[in-house]
Amino acid sequence: MANAGGSGEVSVVGVTKRYGETVAVKDLSLTIPHGAYCCLLGPSGCGKTTILRMIAGHETPTRGDIRIGGTSVLGLPQVRRGTAMMFQSYALFPHRSVLDNVAFALKMRGTGLSERHAAARELLAKVQLEKFANRLPPQLSGGQQQRVALARALITNPRVLLLDEPLSALDEYLRLRMRGELRRVQKELGITFIHVTHTQLEAIAVADMVVVMANGHIEQAASARDIFVAPRNAYVTRFVGGQNVLCGKVEGVTDGTAVLVSERGARLAFPVSGRQPARGAELYGSIRRDRIAIEKLPAGSLPPNELNAIVGEVHTIENQGSYVKVTVDFADDEEFVAHVPDDEFFRDPLDIGDRVVARWSASDINLLDDGLNVRPAMPMAAAAS
Amino acid sequence: MEDKRPWTFYAFAAFFTLFVLFLYGPMIVIYILSFQGPNGGMTFPLNGVSLHWFEALISQTRVGDIAGAFHRSIGLAVLVALITVSVSVLAGLGFRRRFRGSAFAFYFAIASLIMPGLFVGLGIALTFRLLGLETNWYLSGLGAQLTWTLPFGLLIMFAVLGRFNRSYEEAATDLGATSWQRVKEVTLPMLLPGIIGVALFGFTLSYDELARTALTAGSENTLPLEIWAMTTNVTSPTLYAVGAVTTIVSFLVISIALGSIAFIQRRRALGIRQESLAATE
Repeated sequence: MANAGGSGEVSVVGVTKRYGETVAVKDLSLTIPHGAYCCLLGPSGCGKTTILRMIAGHETPTRGDIRIGGTSVLGLPQVRRGTAMMFQSYALFPHRSVLDNVAFALKMRGTGLSERHAAARELLAKVQLEKFANRLPPQLSGGQQQRVALARALITNPRVLLLDEPLSALDEYLRLRMRGELRRVQKELGITFIHVTHTQLEAIAVADMVVVMANGHIEQAASARDIFVAPRNAYVTRFVGGQNVLCGKVEGVTDGTAVLVSERGARLAFPVSGRQPARGAELYGSIRRDRIAIEKLPAGSLPPNELNAIVGEVHTIENQGSYVKVTVDFADDEEFVAHVPDDEFFRDPLDIGDRVVARWSASDINLLDDGLNVRPAMPMAAAAS
Repeated sequence: MEDKRPWTFYAFAAFFTLFVLFLYGPMIVIYILSFQGPNGGMTFPLNGVSLHWFEALISQTRVGDIAGAFHRSIGLAVLVALITVSVSVLAGLGFRRRFRGSAFAFYFAIASLIMPGLFVGLGIALTFRLLGLETNWYLSGLGAQLTWTLPFGLLIMFAVLGRFNRSYEEAATDLGATSWQRVKEVTLPMLLPGIIGVALFGFTLSYDELARTALTAGSENTLPLEIWAMTTNVTSPTLYAVGAVTTIVSFLVISIALGSIAFIQRRRALGIRQESLAATE
């Protein structure tokens, strides 16, 4: 079904949303290209749902503008925005049959019974639910309800589909299946999807573009791949997971590599290409959990005196099937995790409490903004304290 | 079952049995005595079994205007139920949006529940007299009863709406419904069981209201007033026959209301329609 609504480029321009004293969204700007699958990712209360609801027209920004396809939609009723929303618990009308739920929008427009039922049946066939047309929503399973909600939202041919935690009501198995399904539908329709979630892997699995949010502002907006391999700061790194945050004070810089000393005295090398961090400045970097080699330290042996090698005790071990998640007690307030391939791990299994050395290559370090942003604004003494 | 029940179970069970006996025992006695034979009296033993006192109820003018009072009471109860439903549904929906003074307005409305009914009635009667108006069941009586049923209806609507998820209405708006379409197609149908509950409350509260109606009904009695008068001057089992008939009416009204709620919910929960049965097989 082609979309009739024109461009689905969504722009949020300098939007602030206040509820009384509380600021839900702070001067936020974001452009989502037409036809993109965008995930707004963040913990609850970060403002992601507020953004979605403002695009849908269920909330009005306190300041700023919302544009769809280049024109402001502020003050326009939901239908004229060309958006459709899928609600968190689907909000299927329990007193209407599945067919009437899907046909609801057409009924509101005054489309005749046979015509709207035909259109609804066509959409139900697309989500493989035509035989449930005369059931009532409570009689369907969670996954089926989700597909009805999708069909109901799509019947208006929206140019933007807004999904509020669409998978959170489903069990793990269905969640994995339905997220693939959502992605497939989005590709097929070629319209913009904006999907709000607090699940990192869900965002990375489905989205072209991931927007990580915290406290009403954007921490990073980038491709799903970049969010995962090149998080911009420690917040994004910690929230997305998959990487460990490392931190140390600069001892010196040679040939684009800074040598740092961590809180516990480990010596780290960060590539700082082009940048000149001052001595004593605090730098942050991240290292992917699957790029870390773990080796048992024989009892009594001294810790190795080399760069990018840390020593600690194994804190927890979790078998994830294809890899084993090993947490090493390394920094006081930072989790340090290595993902060890299963075959490698089980060749010489580790135990909780084992002393291990974790190593990685300096070129795998992703430099984070945190230290770099702070440095120019602060005198060295303050940064070092 | 090896589990021993604690002694408290038996204590509470005994208490509950006493309660039920106290509640229904006297009423059952009244229903039995209403079938007293023509020569029987107000008390046991039964002197034969007959429908004599029910006939007397309709034919005898000596007992008073039972039929007229019954018609007035039913009419009044229907009127009260209709007004209570319309006002409390609208007010309940309105109160969902907080407005300046909404808490005050709410407590002000609820306060009439704790005012002594007899004095509410007295006040209304005096006001009518002051204004030179005649008290009657369909104006002053109706108003007096509404002071009682409206706060109840409003409280029920608060409970009903408290469990109503707003996203249904947002979904309707999102799908292009105007505000009127939203109310008609989504809000009211989804609230229907609760609305029937409000109607039922309004009806039954009105049907046996005495305190507020006593001084405001004017010259024509409602059924409770008529029965009240009978208890002092009628000394035959006709009184019991009245009790039996009015109970049957209450029972019918409640069964219709609860039955329709159950029907709606059943249809929603597992009502597979014919076509979908055919389609899935």
